[in-house]
Amino acid sequence: MSNRLANLKRLATSGIVASGLLAALAGPGLAQEQVQKGGTLSVIVQPEPPILVLGLNQQGPTQTVAGKIYEGLLRYDHDLQPMPGLAESWDVSADGLSYGFKLRRNAQWHDGTPFTAKDVVFSATKFLPEVHPRARANFSHVESVEAPDDYTVVFKLKQPFPAFIKAFEVSTAPIMPAHIYEGTDYKQNPKNATPIGTGPFKFDKWVKGSNIHLVRNDKYYLEGKPYLDDIYFRVIPDAASRALALETGEVDISQYNDVEPFDVQRLKALPHLTMTTKGYEFVAPLSWIELNTREAPLNDKRFRQALMYGLDRQFIRDRIWFGLGRVATGPVNSVTPNYEADVAKYAYDPDKAKALLDEMGLKPGSGGTRAEITLTPMPYGETWARAAEYIKQSWSKIGVKVNLASTDVAGWVQKVSNWDYQATNNFVYQYGDPSLGVARTYTTENIRKGVMFSNTMGYSNPELDALFAKAAVENDPAKRAGQLGQAQKILVDDVPVIWLLEMEFPTFVNKRVHNAVTTAIGTSENFADVWVEKKK
Amino acid sequence: MSRDFWKAFARNRGAVVGLAILALVVLAAVFANLIYPQSPWDMAAMPFQPPLSDDALLGSDTLGRDIAAGIVHGARVSLLIGLSSTAVALLIGVTLGAIAGYHGGVVDDAIMRFTELFQTIPNFVLAVVLVAIFTPSIANITIAIAVVSWPPLARLARGEFMALRSREFVQAAITTGQGTGTIILRQILPNSLSPIIVSASLTVATAILLESSLSFLGLGDPNVMSWGYMIGAARTVIRQAWWMSFFPGIAILLTVLALNLVGEGLNDALNPKLARKGRA
Repeated sequence: MSNRLANLKRLATSGIVASGLLAALAGPGLAQEQVQKGGTLSVIVQPEPPILVLGLNQQGPTQTVAGKIYEGLLRYDHDLQPMPGLAESWDVSADGLSYGFKLRRNAQWHDGTPFTAKDVVFSATKFLPEVHPRARANFSHVESVEAPDDYTVVFKLKQPFPAFIKAFEVSTAPIMPAHIYEGTDYKQNPKNATPIGTGPFKFDKWVKGSNIHLVRNDKYYLEGKPYLDDIYFRVIPDAASRALALETGEVDISQYNDVEPFDVQRLKALPHLTMTTKGYEFVAPLSWIELNTREAPLNDKRFRQALMYGLDRQFIRDRIWFGLGRVATGPVNSVTPNYEADVAKYAYDPDKAKALLDEMGLKPGSGGTRAEITLTPMPYGETWARAAEYIKQSWSKIGVKVNLASTDVAGWVQKVSNWDYQATNNFVYQYGDPSLGVARTYTTENIRKGVMFSNTMGYSNPELDALFAKAAVENDPAKRAGQLGQAQKILVDDVPVIWLLEMEFPTFVNKRVHNAVTTAIGTSENFADVWVEKKK
Repeated sequence: MSRDFWKAFARNRGAVVGLAILALVVLAAVFANLIYPQSPWDMAAMPFQPPLSDDALLGSDTLGRDIAAGIVHGARVSLLIGLSSTAVALLIGVTLGAIAGYHGGVVDDAIMRFTELFQTIPNFVLAVVLVAIFTPSIANITIAIAVVSWPPLARLARGEFMALRSREFVQAAITTGQGTGTIILRQILPNSLSPIIVSASLTVATAILLESSLSFLGLGDPNVMSWGYMIGAARTVIRQAWWMSFFPGIAILLTVLALNLVGEGLNDALNPKLARKGRA
């Protein structure tokens, strides 16, 4: 037996060696990692971004384009560990109160002005706190930002805030040029039309409604990079045309919702495309059904648990999202640090759901209906509509009648943010740390009328508030993990929302493109390492 | 009248076929709950089952809902909306047309300018706007379709009333001192009914198409199964599963065709003088 195994192994290795030889014999054209310089890349950007100044706008499409123009101090690998960006190295003091960064010495802005610590201090203390809500929240923990010399920056915190190391990603804290913005009205600055960054690509031209053209930054601080000559970002509003553009090789890369879930299997099978779901670790979206816990019967935890048991979430993943994503076990996406796996599980079990409803005294009335709620589906297209239909049908099986109420995007935001709803779907980004992207939707202090993506459920639990507050400033990783783990257990037991999926997005990349997805922000990365094989 | 009527109607073979199809659709709608007792939204089969599978005669959709059940239950919505919106359109259109045609002059001018206001806006666009504003529900969709369907009926009724207004029997009625309402309802309306009925039958067909188009665009009532919705939902997978949009499409085609054929038959039967004499 073991002999046969060994034989098999030998066979396998010799196969690998042989194929390696073959590749080598086939000539330099096929050599695996031979970087080719030059060439043009074509990327879908959808919808068209409103502006390219990343400090002023951080929508997905803006990130895709502006992520090549602007840079942050740090970048993050797929495990969300920091990597050098505009900062060459960094160190965090043992007490968690001081973050020091050594900056690149040969970096310069696209207009030739040298990049220095002054730009970092300006961005972190003036520009971003004024116009960037997420950065404002992160930098509110900062006591002072100092620049001992032109290439060193030190952030001193008021109290430890371990999530702070995740606050330097390019969309979270893009470094903006002080010499252009200092003392001006940032939003009205005329230079906003021609963004100036430090990134490997420079802004060239924007044909509104058609494409955005970036060209190689010849003075980029990394020797020999970037490899590409230029990048075209193509605006293609129609989903079928986007799929077609990938099929014909007219565009090389798609991301997020560019390709509809139902098209994924078909495109995946094409020989010239590869598909990956990596590169979304930083946003790590989690989808759920939000419940207005102020209203009966949604205010009863047993009712919410029953809804959880009454839903076959595996079916939702397999059939509605066509296999994209993972069934969520709780409030934290499993790719986000401090994810707690040991929580109560809610496998699909309609009988258990009915038992819980019975226990509440909700007996089946006429037509088997025990309770009636209104679901306002998120108006984000086909897939979400299918999900709502499925949810309605599933819950009717446990006696909860669901009425669907359609609305448009503006109406939906208006209703949900003003608590004028009973149930809706939603998905929210996690930004690499539970203190940044998870706590905000569950804590009492974040019940804020009129604010979308806050605690619109009205869920309030003082014990949980205390745990999240402690964890935010806990410098001991083990203790912090314990607090966040405990918080997750409480939430999963309380079910303030019906967690659906840890969402995955398909990124399609033409096989001629190399190194397209190498970090936690995927195709929003700066593409300094990306190279393409010549088109045949 | 009825024997002559049937004779004239039956002379048009297409109309008889149309009537038969329509009868089938009506039967399906009436007995939907007996034929498919389960909700058409139920995931009754495995998703993506092709037609003639064991548990789904016409196949199942992306979530495993039975296409045949959807078509049978969808017939209800299509007919309900088709008939009720036409009824509302008739009420508005004939009333306004009758008043305009009977009184003439300033009243006529005012009403016709108002009608033209509606006629200048493309039907479908106005319907989309109305449904989008008032949120999609059966009642709102019915009203929206009625609002865009009444102007042609009003113009037709006006023409008929204007023509009949000066006829002797109307003059006689005026002379005998009958009230305006009585003359409109008892004297003129019965005599102008034939073209209005024919036109109404075609309005039903248009209404069904409008409802299907609205549902196709996702502006249908999300709580009821309709043919347009089925096509709209299946459009995205048409390359993998043709049957999901094909059969509801056939249902719409046949129903609308049947209504048109019946309308033509009615025209032949009700306006014998207009009947194409060339055809035996």
